[in-house]
Amino acid sequence: MNRRDFLRKSSGALAVAFASGSMRELFAQGPPQPGRFDGPGTPQLDAWIAIDAAGNVTAYTGKVELGHGLYTSQTQLVAEELCVPLARVKLIQGDTAIAPDQGTTSGSQSHPVNFNEGGLALACATARDALLQMAAQRMGVPASILRVDDGIVSGGGRASLTYAELLGGKKFDVTLNPNAKRKPASAWKILGTPVARLDIPAMVTGQFPFVHNVRVPGMLHGRVVRPPDVGATLVSADERSVSGMPGFVKVVVKKNFVGVVAEKPWQAMQIANALKVQWSKGTGLPPQREFYDYLRQQKPTRDSFVVNSKDVDDKLAKAAKVITATYKHAYNMHGSIGTSCAVADVQNGKATIWSPTQSVYPTRNTAAMLLGMKPEDVHVIFTMGAGCYGLNGADTVSFDAALMSQAAGRPVRVQLSRKDEMAWENYGTTYLIDQRVGVDADGVIVAWDYEAWTPGLGGRPGYNNPGNVITGFLAGFEPQPFTPRSPAPDPTNYANNLNIAPSYVVGNAGGRRGGTGRIASERVLTHNVRSHFWTGPLRSPERLQNSFAHESIMDEVASALGADPVAFRLKHLSDPRLAAVVAKAAEAAKWDARPSPKKAIRKTGVATGRGISCVLYEGNNGYCALVAEVDVDQDSGRVTVKRFVAAQDCGPISNPDGLKNQVEGGILQGMSRAIGEEVTWDASKITSIDWRTYRPVYLGADLPVIESVLINTTNAPANGAGETAITIVAGAIGNAIFDATGARIREAPFTPERVKAALVGRS
Amino acid sequence: MPISITVNGQKHSVDVDPTTPLLYVLSDDLALNGPKFGCGLGQCGCCTVIVKGAPVRSCVTPMSTMAGAEITTLEGLGTLEKPHPIQKAFIDEQAVQCGFCLSGVILTAKIALDRNPKATGAQLQQALANVLCRCGAHTRMMKAIKRYQQEGVRA
Repeated sequence: MNRRDFLRKSSGALAVAFASGSMRELFAQGPPQPGRFDGPGTPQLDAWIAIDAAGNVTAYTGKVELGHGLYTSQTQLVAEELCVPLARVKLIQGDTAIAPDQGTTSGSQSHPVNFNEGGLALACATARDALLQMAAQRMGVPASILRVDDGIVSGGGRASLTYAELLGGKKFDVTLNPNAKRKPASAWKILGTPVARLDIPAMVTGQFPFVHNVRVPGMLHGRVVRPPDVGATLVSADERSVSGMPGFVKVVVKKNFVGVVAEKPWQAMQIANALKVQWSKGTGLPPQREFYDYLRQQKPTRDSFVVNSKDVDDKLAKAAKVITATYKHAYNMHGSIGTSCAVADVQNGKATIWSPTQSVYPTRNTAAMLLGMKPEDVHVIFTMGAGCYGLNGADTVSFDAALMSQAAGRPVRVQLSRKDEMAWENYGTTYLIDQRVGVDADGVIVAWDYEAWTPGLGGRPGYNNPGNVITGFLAGFEPQPFTPRSPAPDPTNYANNLNIAPSYVVGNAGGRRGGTGRIASERVLTHNVRSHFWTGPLRSPERLQNSFAHESIMDEVASALGADPVAFRLKHLSDPRLAAVVAKAAEAAKWDARPSPKKAIRKTGVATGRGISCVLYEGNNGYCALVAEVDVDQDSGRVTVKRFVAAQDCGPISNPDGLKNQVEGGILQGMSRAIGEEVTWDASKITSIDWRTYRPVYLGADLPVIESVLINTTNAPANGAGETAITIVAGAIGNAIFDATGARIREAPFTPERVKAALVGRS
Repeated sequence: MPISITVNGQKHSVDVDPTTPLLYVLSDDLALNGPKFGCGLGQCGCCTVIVKGAPVRSCVTPMSTMAGAEITTLEGLGTLEKPHPIQKAFIDEQAVQCGFCLSGVILTAKIALDRNPKATGAQLQQALANVLCRCGAHTRMMKAIKRYQQEGVRA
């Protein structure tokens, strides 16, 4: 059966097995059907692990590959724990018919959830334990004297038994055993090693089947027609204006949702362009030039404290010195390189959706709401899309395809246009942050006061909010409600998941200190307001924006006191692992210990400098420190990063090269966001709608050297690693610009215009 | 009126609206996975194919200009069993994250080095100035390209 035939005939999972070793069997047959699973955290081992008649292992996971190497590292985990070679493991990811519900693959949670004591790791440990017990029983010896190598249980002086002989093709019929022991990292042979990514050979040879390549029999092509302006509503769509065009199948209208369906993709595009649609005027947008002032004035707000020691005003009044500054961070977009795509087949009361969503089960439920169906009649199959970095258009395009397929009664593939992707995605939100930091006469920070304004609208649809993304909203669902609240209640426990509190405070809430620093007088207050644009998680959501402000003001304070930025940070940190990555990064970068800025800076030409930043991601999920070395062309305002040195500690390392790839990629993407990426708009609509109006770093740009020091802490839990380094890139670059030039840049991105303005304003 | 093209050595005759961009024929009619729709504007490179020894952005190349053309896509370069040296360099350097951009990256770099095996770093940068990767795999990709330059290019 050739590839196309397989894709045609396969009604279930497009199981992509990259059998390592031969790499010949690109597309595997459908997996054996696993046992029942009943919702999140399903306790049935058979829902996670199956052993076929040949002794091969199939593992089912809810955490999916997004371009970050998780397919490979999860395969390593399974092979390691079950003591079989990689080539004998098949991993099935994200499929509501056959894989467990693990919510969303996001928030750097795949390692915490699946590589510690629960989820896939626990399933693997339970399976190995169960197989040993079976062997012990068959051999009549205690399990403790048995060992497993390559799927063969031996020891006790009896004939060895293979997994196939023990279980092949049958079910375990046991529940996950919380006491099943994982292998210690010291015993790892596969996990913890730089296994090459199993999917890369298929990718570089153009074979890899992305969701964009799903082709099902009878498939039509849909195209969405979005409103021209933010807030515009549909007046009329004239089907007759296009019904005579080649390939025309249907105009689909549902409240304000408009789409067209055609036989071929190019026809669909032409029909979408030609369709006569009348829209109401939009709601209008505030001028972008004055946006941060506008943001500060917004009412009502929803206010939250992360910490409030209630002595901050007093401490600041008594401080020897108070340093204040306001930081701004633009809306960024995910801007996936492939516009989002999905294929849906909604017929006869059942729906199948091939989707690049990070959340197959939530998408199943929200798509069902949209289609007026029961969740159990909707089957969502994760199929990889272009890198998403969070909530890109994956969910919304899944809804697009579902709505159009339902209306057309045939399978429909939808791929968004570049403009439709960029104008309507859920952006990483913007921030306005006031920082006030008080220091005593000895140069020690005694109080930290943070106050921020940030807008939001929508977000992940989750299990019941299809209106959190544009398609669901257009089709008649509201986004999750905005509920104003002011004043903020006192925090009862320390939750710094968004890194709203800086690393340098004690984080005292509810009587317990949860922070990583030493500053006891602390107030961290956020005002959430409604956004004009859709917002949602974008790689290091909120944490990146907040960390930019924290790491910048920390540098400003150090400078005001004439302190070295590394030493000054270390002085205010209490968490030894965070201090260790700061010291490691500085050491590896051969940090030149002295206060910033440099002395005797020339005011023209190219200036060079270095800056540092650090974070404990999400307050509990991975440590990183980063040194940036920059060139600032003081005549053009252009910033070029020459070198980054990162030190990262995310617990035991599953795959050192995969981790390095993530650190490097995060840093490069962070640099792109820090120096050039910004969502723009005019009086009525988004104007950053392609790669000329939204400018990321291209491959031919002047690229930095990136060095990373990976700290393998095997006696700690596994943390996430994909969002840690990106969180602190803007801070490190901004601090390096200051070091080089004496000009502090407080608004990201650091465009040449802003850098020049800062240079003009320097003292 | 059908239009004949040769793709990766195989002849095809396709009956499409001549304004249809080549990309749609490759990915829809011929079911190839290599060339991809990234922007439809010729701004990113995902749709790159090789025609007459030059990288062509197939998303903005109408079929009307392709009659008789010989086209090579990413899958026409090498196979899983026998990847082309530049593909092998990308595997060796693990120079991939999501992999969606690879037609633009690999084919554009290959052509630049086929034309000038001794291309300087600056010349390679110039060649890749309009090729985009959004995952930030840039530094690994440049390493892979330089590895191919040192080990793989047949002059």
